[in-house]
Amino acid sequence: MTNPSNAQPGGATSFARIQAGMAKRRAAERRFKMLGRLAVSVGLLFLSVLLFSIVSKGYTAFWQTQMRIDVTLLADEIDPEGTRNAETLRKADYSSLIKQSMRDMFPEVSGRRDKFALYGLVSNGAAFDLRDKVMADPSLIGTKVSLWVPADDDVDMLMKGHIDRDAAEGDRRIKDNTLGWIDRLKAEDRLELRFNIDFFTKGDSRDPELAGIRGALMGTIFTLIVTLSLSFPLGVAAAVYLEEFAPKNRWTDLIEVNINNLAAVPSIVFGLLGLAVFINVFGLPRSAPLLGGLVLTLMTLPTIIIASRAALKSVPPSIRDAALGIGASPMQATLYHVIPLALPGMLTGTIIGMAQALGETAPLLMIGMVAFIADVPQGVFDPSTALPVQIYLWADSPERAYVERTSAAIMVLLAFLALMNLVAVLLRKRFERRW
Amino acid sequence: MTQTPILLVLLLALSSAAYYFGCKRAFRVADGKIRKLHSLPGYYGLYVALWAALPALLILCAWLLFQGSIITRMVVSSLPESIQQLGPDRLNLVVNDIRNLVSGNIVSGQPDATMLAAAEYYRSLLSVCRNLLFAVVLVVAGLCGWFGYSKIRVQHRARNGVESIVNGLLVACSTVAILTTVGIVLSVLFESIRFFQAVPITEFLFGLEWSPQIALRADQAGSSGAFGAVPLFAGTLLITFIAMTVAVPIGLMSALYLAEYASARVRAVAKPLLEVLAGIPTVVYGFFAALTVAPFIRESGSFLGLDVASESALAAGLVMGMMIIPFVSSLSDDVINAVPQSLREGAYGMGATSSETIRRVIFPAALPGIVGAILLAVSRAIGETMIVVMAAGLASNLTANPLEAVTTVTVQIVTLLVGDQEFDSPKTLAAFALGLVLFLVTLALNFVALYIVRKYREQYD
Repeated sequence: MTNPSNAQPGGATSFARIQAGMAKRRAAERRFKMLGRLAVSVGLLFLSVLLFSIVSKGYTAFWQTQMRIDVTLLADEIDPEGTRNAETLRKADYSSLIKQSMRDMFPEVSGRRDKFALYGLVSNGAAFDLRDKVMADPSLIGTKVSLWVPADDDVDMLMKGHIDRDAAEGDRRIKDNTLGWIDRLKAEDRLELRFNIDFFTKGDSRDPELAGIRGALMGTIFTLIVTLSLSFPLGVAAAVYLEEFAPKNRWTDLIEVNINNLAAVPSIVFGLLGLAVFINVFGLPRSAPLLGGLVLTLMTLPTIIIASRAALKSVPPSIRDAALGIGASPMQATLYHVIPLALPGMLTGTIIGMAQALGETAPLLMIGMVAFIADVPQGVFDPSTALPVQIYLWADSPERAYVERTSAAIMVLLAFLALMNLVAVLLRKRFERRW
Repeated sequence: MTQTPILLVLLLALSSAAYYFGCKRAFRVADGKIRKLHSLPGYYGLYVALWAALPALLILCAWLLFQGSIITRMVVSSLPESIQQLGPDRLNLVVNDIRNLVSGNIVSGQPDATMLAAAEYYRSLLSVCRNLLFAVVLVVAGLCGWFGYSKIRVQHRARNGVESIVNGLLVACSTVAILTTVGIVLSVLFESIRFFQAVPITEFLFGLEWSPQIALRADQAGSSGAFGAVPLFAGTLLITFIAMTVAVPIGLMSALYLAEYASARVRAVAKPLLEVLAGIPTVVYGFFAALTVAPFIRESGSFLGLDVASESALAAGLVMGMMIIPFVSSLSDDVINAVPQSLREGAYGMGATSSETIRRVIFPAALPGIVGAILLAVSRAIGETMIVVMAAGLASNLTANPLEAVTTVTVQIVTLLVGDQEFDSPKTLAAFALGLVLFLVTLALNFVALYIVRKYREQYD
């Protein structure tokens, strides 16, 4: 900085000019900084709005309205011959017993339509709960039992305040007389919000109050097991070859370019590959976790290879040199010294690849993992869906009760993702070594 | 299928035994003096075990791959002439029926004598196949294991043998990436070629009307089906454009802010949080777009007196932009950090303010890399599927109005291929043609982007 007083006359004017411009420049500086802050906060705002909207829509799904009903287990209805054999007990008409108990509770209800609405207060799943209870303890037959069964999804929605009871009767899914019954049940302490265990233990269902994520979760787990057991060895082996043994030539260049490009190919294209090659050429079973796992393996392989190569690259050459120096072969140096040191990095990359596979939906749609499947899959050949696909299916369902279930399923999915990423971060923190 | 795990366990047991005997024999030929051996005894064991397991495994895989189609062909050729003369699709139905009979599923219609005979034949072939497979695999494993076993001498280079086998396995694993690409290209290319035999390629690329309906009756309205993909391309570009107008300014500005202004603490918190946006599954964004953003835009539109479609391109594009922000920001962050410190210091030395340094020095210097990052983000947006499947429209609509519903290439691929398909109708094949276009476009974008980024890195290295 020169002192303005002994500067040339021309310098003085240019200094004045600079001084005059400074306010403007400082303002521009502040504006630019503000813009930057704004951009970061808009990004964070998006994130919080997204998470808030999911959580606020979905947390109620972890509770479910249950209704206490008193059922008289008439021996004539269930087991007229008194044999008590399991087949007879299984085939008995439990829903008529439940209907009878509803009529007993509201003896004044008459007329077909009203009765139908009354029966509709209880979920279709109630009969199965009753059957399970009777089959577990046949001595109950002939007595009057009191049990909690899931209420219908409309009742559930009303209890959770998702149905506006002040709306005009025509605009509301629950009519006035039904509303009266529900209020009476509530007054008699027959309706209660309880923790929704069914959500975690049941498969998909057409009745929202009975739908659970167990089937989708098992499908996802089977799919990820296939993916992990294929992509980890394949990815690590490919990375080891490319990083440690491959000669530098056209062929390895081609493989490199290929892997980088595959990492950016849209996932739906992998689904097309699965459809055309695995299903149409090799005839693998459609909708099976095995197939999903194969497709996701191909998709996550580039991620794992790239991460594993980075991990191998970070092992200093002195380790290799030391091993070679005491007479190890290159293969021994790699297998016994370089790979163990690079393993945490490779595992981190694999977990991140698995997290990617966990959230992937589009390729699974292509290979038919989108069917409605109520059974929980038992193995990698059974037809199944996956958690993200279940979210997609539920998001398409019109019932209001599916909205909260979709959000709840999303929360479960995000929790798994967070867990996986946490493990990856901890692994990196624990084993990261600066050489 | 059920016998495969048993066979695998048997093979595992066999190769473990081979390992054991290999080690033992190595000790024996060296009279217990390991120093006389060329390699450590374990390598002799491994050598024998690999010989026992690998050829048998290869045979097993090949067998399982081709067993189904060969049995089917044999069964078909055993069918009476009249059935064999049916067209391929009818024949397929017959084969399906036979398979269902075999596995005891429900079949269409009452099975007649020929069907039952064919099913019986199929069943007998299957059991012959199963026994033969067992025998062949075990005999091959035994023979090859014996071969490896018999080669053990004091001078035998077991380690080199094992290492070259392992090396071969590593090479094989690294070619999976190549095979994947080849598989993608072939699978979309073959079906696309069949599609272009039915629909001329010029009509597909330049046609203005897309309605992939195949008539059930010849006289049905719109029976021909129109396969002009321009509305899909336009819709994809519109949504991509909206996404990029959201993602590029926000992503770029936050990258610049975090790299040049933010304190280490802010950076340590804000950067991972922004990257969470990239880790959220796209199906979650789709749900968010369809149930939160789209109704919000629709209501604010009607508040302003605008008519907004409930599946507007704006909602899908906006949410897609959100998803891509961290993509743009972390890629540009790398690029900005790669700009040499000397350039910054030079600019500060000349008396430039931080923002002037960023705008006049760092940004131009990082521009090629940023362009590469943006191209990668564009390719990501074009290939994004779930957000548009859940939040964009299904009907094609050639418009540039972001408030209307448009459809995209990926949406059409999904709608054409989800559900039951027949592989000889142009409707199904069109999805593969769209897949081919998608693959080629994203490939070109990635190629250019990676090339630019690499060139840019070299410039400052």
